Amino acid sequence: MTGRGSFRPEISLRVREALHGYGFILIWVLGFALFTALPLAQTFHYSVNQVTVSAASINLNFVEWANYTRALFTDPNFVELLVGYTIETLVSVPIVLIFAMIIAMFLNLKFRLKGVFRVIFFLPIVITSGPVIKELTAQGAASAPGIASLPAVIDFLEQLPRALRTPVEYLLTSFILILWFSGVQILIYLSSLQKVDRSVYEAAAIDGASSWEIFWKIILPSLSTATVVNAVYTIVTLSHFSENKVIRYIYDQTYDVQGGIGYASAMAFIYFGVMVVLLGIVYLFLIQWAKRTA
Amino acid sequence: MQQVLHHPIVERLRGLLFGSRARRGLTFTAALYALLIAIGFVYLQPLLFMFITSIKSPGDLLNPMVQWVPTELYLGNYLKGYRVLDYPNTLVTSVLISMTPSLLQTAVASLVGYGLARYRFWGKPLVFALLLATFIIPPQNTVIPQMLTYRDLGLLGNPLALILPALMGQGFRSAIFVLIFYQSFISLPKVLEESARLDGASDLRIFFSIAVPSALPAYIVSFIFSTVWYWNETFLTVIFLEGGVTTLPMQLSRFTQAYENLYPPGTVNIFDRLNEAVKMSGTFLNILPLLVIYFVLQRWFVESVEMTGITGE
Repeated sequence: MTGRGSFRPEISLRVREALHGYGFILIWVLGFALFTALPLAQTFHYSVNQVTVSAASINLNFVEWANYTRALFTDPNFVELLVGYTIETLVSVPIVLIFAMIIAMFLNLKFRLKGVFRVIFFLPIVITSGPVIKELTAQGAASAPGIASLPAVIDFLEQLPRALRTPVEYLLTSFILILWFSGVQILIYLSSLQKVDRSVYEAAAIDGASSWEIFWKIILPSLSTATVVNAVYTIVTLSHFSENKVIRYIYDQTYDVQGGIGYASAMAFIYFGVMVVLLGIVYLFLIQWAKRTA
Repeated sequence: MQQVLHHPIVERLRGLLFGSRARRGLTFTAALYALLIAIGFVYLQPLLFMFITSIKSPGDLLNPMVQWVPTELYLGNYLKGYRVLDYPNTLVTSVLISMTPSLLQTAVASLVGYGLARYRFWGKPLVFALLLATFIIPPQNTVIPQMLTYRDLGLLGNPLALILPALMGQGFRSAIFVLIFYQSFISLPKVLEESARLDGASDLRIFFSIAVPSALPAYIVSFIFSTVWYWNETFLTVIFLEGGVTTLPMQLSRFTQAYENLYPPGTVNIFDRLNEAVKMSGTFLNILPLLVIYFVLQRWFVESVEMTGITGE
């Protein structure tokens, strides 16, 4: 009897705690169902239908996977845009990561006027928005000035095999644009660096480690989690950026007579799939790397 | 030779140039500043370019000799940009449209983050997985049905179209804010909570009187970042608000069209045609409020991570 008596309140306490916990997240769960899960399912439903929208109603005509096959095998633009997006993402991510890491390490040092530089380096957090970046690129203010049009560089590019030329060309024309996407990443790296105890560096230096060794053996391993977070963040921001060519194409097709909502939805899902695969590849790669360095 | 190399003056000189264990040398410091300035220039150059172009008179614009230093301070572009953007109206709209969802989103994210951090319940990993999913799923995978639903409800062009998702924790990048609050609540000592519970305080009461004050920096940082992100977000705002309200970035994205409505190309003289200087003044007017916020609140931006105690996990 006494055993049961002391057991019961224990259970009800746990249940009570769980119920209160659910109470706090309830609104989010409802919101997820209403504003994410349901529209996602509906978009998928549209993607396997021919959708015609009139003022009064939405007509669906089931077409199986026709929209998907059209996007992948008939549409002359979509696959090309997807390949371009994949290349650009795979080129941009390492640049953003390395650049953000370098800047964070600079900002972790002590030097005069540090505050001024910090304010400048975090400007991208505030400014990177679609229309602004678009205006800046249109005026030529965002690309590495003139490097890609130098005769020597053009000659060099022509010698490269096709598969290599596109990424290198992209790198040269958009280098500065890529840097504009590294504001938050610098912030995250900086916070990880500041968590490393300074005495660890001192101990390593006393033991005779060079700064080169300290970087590879102490700093880099301590940044591995931040690197994974930053890589995911970078891929997601680049893929959601409203001036992204694939997104623009899908958006245009939504209102196009030839395209329509069904077709645009199918492309949205293919794009999402490619993005998840990219995320997966980069994630697995970095996790492997993090395990080896740790 | 050997003696010269180890002469005290040479030693000191070498220490000064290349540094020692205790301090950095001049070479390193010079290289550091050179790099910092170069990178700083990369970020400032577009802004400088934008600003300088925006104060160029039509004459300066055509003059190939004038690159970085205009011959006069010409404010005509700003006058036009101001009119084309319908600045006072779109500015107020932008402020309201970005701050209202941010306020709600921050409040809801703190509730959810608190629930996740302070209570044990079944299904927590699932909630985290779904949170991550809301961050990853591209907006175009959910936006069309939402738009059609809003259309049926007559909410298209109404700010509620942005406010409702924010109110239910599904606003722009809500997942990040939930994680920020999760991080700052998880480090809260349990003792405070338990003693309040012994005093008979309810869960909500504990949340408002103990948790909220302890996480004040997280609230401020979330609100600031959320406002900036909502301000810069154009994909969703264009789809949901088009035809109803016009924000600054929306007006900027149709700047050419709006300009030609105000100054029809056939009727105005050559100096009043749309040129890059006017466009740049429009762009600059668009980011000016953000720059002001940034410089006023810069401490909150640059120290946000330390203040909220995000560890990056």
